[in-house]
Amino acid sequence: MGSTIMYLEGITVSFDGFKAVDHLSTYVEYGELRFLIGPNGAGKTTLLDVICGRVKPERGRVIFKEDIDMCRKQEHEIVRLGISRKFQTPAVFTNLSVFENLELSLRQNRGVFSSLFAKLTSDQEDIIFSNLETIGLAEKAWDKAGSLAHGEKQWLEIGMLLVQEPELLLLDEPVAGMTKSETEKTGELLQSIAKNRSVLVVEHDMEFVRQFAKKVTVLHEGKILCEGPVEKVQNDQRVVEVYLGRGREKNVKH
Amino acid sequence: MVLVNSGSNKSWLMGLVVIAALLLAPFILSDFRLSLLGKFLSYAILALGIDLIWGYTGMLSLGHGVFFGLGAYCTAMYLKLEASAGGLPDFMAWSDLMQLPWFWKPFEYGWFALGMAIVLPVSLAALLGYLTFRSRIRGVYFSILTQALALIFVILFIGQQPYTGGTNGMTNFKTIFGFYLTNPSVQLTLYYITVIILAGTYIFCRWLTGSRFGKILVAIRDSENRVRFSGFDPVLFKVFAFAMSAGLAGLAGILFVTQVGIISPAMMGIVPSIEMAIWVAVGGRGTLMGAVIGAVLVNAAKSTFSESFPDVWLYFFGTMFVLVVLFFPNGVMGLFKKMPGRVTAVSIYTNRLMKSFQKI
Repeated sequence: MGSTIMYLEGITVSFDGFKAVDHLSTYVEYGELRFLIGPNGAGKTTLLDVICGRVKPERGRVIFKEDIDMCRKQEHEIVRLGISRKFQTPAVFTNLSVFENLELSLRQNRGVFSSLFAKLTSDQEDIIFSNLETIGLAEKAWDKAGSLAHGEKQWLEIGMLLVQEPELLLLDEPVAGMTKSETEKTGELLQSIAKNRSVLVVEHDMEFVRQFAKKVTVLHEGKILCEGPVEKVQNDQRVVEVYLGRGREKNVKH
Repeated sequence: MVLVNSGSNKSWLMGLVVIAALLLAPFILSDFRLSLLGKFLSYAILALGIDLIWGYTGMLSLGHGVFFGLGAYCTAMYLKLEASAGGLPDFMAWSDLMQLPWFWKPFEYGWFALGMAIVLPVSLAALLGYLTFRSRIRGVYFSILTQALALIFVILFIGQQPYTGGTNGMTNFKTIFGFYLTNPSVQLTLYYITVIILAGTYIFCRWLTGSRFGKILVAIRDSENRVRFSGFDPVLFKVFAFAMSAGLAGLAGILFVTQVGIISPAMMGIVPSIEMAIWVAVGGRGTLMGAVIGAVLVNAAKSTFSESFPDVWLYFFGTMFVLVVLFFPNGVMGLFKKMPGRVTAVSIYTNRLMKSFQKI
């Protein structure tokens, strides 16, 4: 621990004059499990979009590892460098089998011609099956991904990211639409994943955050409101006002 | 190995039966029918190409007539020069052209012409595809763009009458590599060549769709974004597939013009381009055999209807399409496949019915 895998410096993104992310800076350490929270429109998803190359920031820099400037790279190049992204609604290949979904996600030579002559090695097969065990889909390896339940699709997508062997994993609401036990299982999965890599999670489910987060960054109107250990953030007066407070009121009403 | 598909033996057998039938066809059919079949089979090669990009990759091209036309015109230029025996092609003389335009000259060499019949459509598709896909133009916008391409080419070919033969196109060919095209044995040879090339194309497409490349094409159809975020550049894959598909259309154009003996702008415009997509839709998108069956079936139906009911055949034709779209969305091939969705729905319904009886 201690060394930094990604530097975000002075990131500004605006859509038609509206500043979705406003001069934001933060650092992500190696092996860190970081949660990004904040009310709707705080700029959480936009920030992930900036890191993975979907959105080019107006100002600011994203530096990966020592000196890789991510703002000059295309999405697929960023993936090859070791940053994987999961979307809010699960994006899997519905007409391919679960196994094939993972096969395409493997770390491999991703050129057109090498894909023509690519053979599945037994090593690759082992990697796929061990990941299938991790995400609990080993028995559904030959089912079409389109036939999976919503929660299973979420796990499949996480599995697809894992076989990419990323160094930094970006997850956008991984437990959205999951049942309580599925959420629990996902949280444990995330913790074991974060042992060997850095994970950045956008999440709305506060209970989930309290249970699994160590360090939390709270965004509000495109800026960082507060950053630190989960206990500190929970007791920060400003955070309580803009975000947690609403949740508490809701809880009282229940 | 777990990956072996149990259905693959059966479909190979089916393929062999089809090939055998096609090889025996000349002994049964009249010369006229055989040349029609030869034409349909060259369409089938084109349909395989459309299936690759539409059925597998999810890109509907409504401009494949252009690639087909380019292949056919390149071949026709060679045939025309051979027929003119050193002189100017007839339509050039009618347009008061004094000498052969510079770009016509190399087409007196057959192999150059046949090469260009593939290279030109491939290059055009690669260029158009690269510019389109790089700007992330997809779906219906891509279809409209390819349709515009068909329109542009028709206008260009009609407008440049001294160089292209205008509305009439090119016809009145005599020989190919010195052999008389009117000779039945030459036509028979061309038919067999078409069968062999179709079989080769089919096997090539089978291999392609079975490879990891083929899975990536399907993946692009399902979720192009996820492909990008799996580290692949979808632009390159789509350009490659589109160019290959255009190459197959060019190949079909070569075989078409040698057997039919004419090519004109009317055969490469918007309407024929849409018809080409319809062949694949009728046969069954995303199944190679479906593309072949669709091309042959639709064109056979078209000529049968037009012979038997010259006045109203278009209505029959239209009705057939409506019926297919309404009742067989997966085309002819969809009939052979089990429909798990319906079976489940029926079994759920019967289960409920049983339960409600038990309550009584």
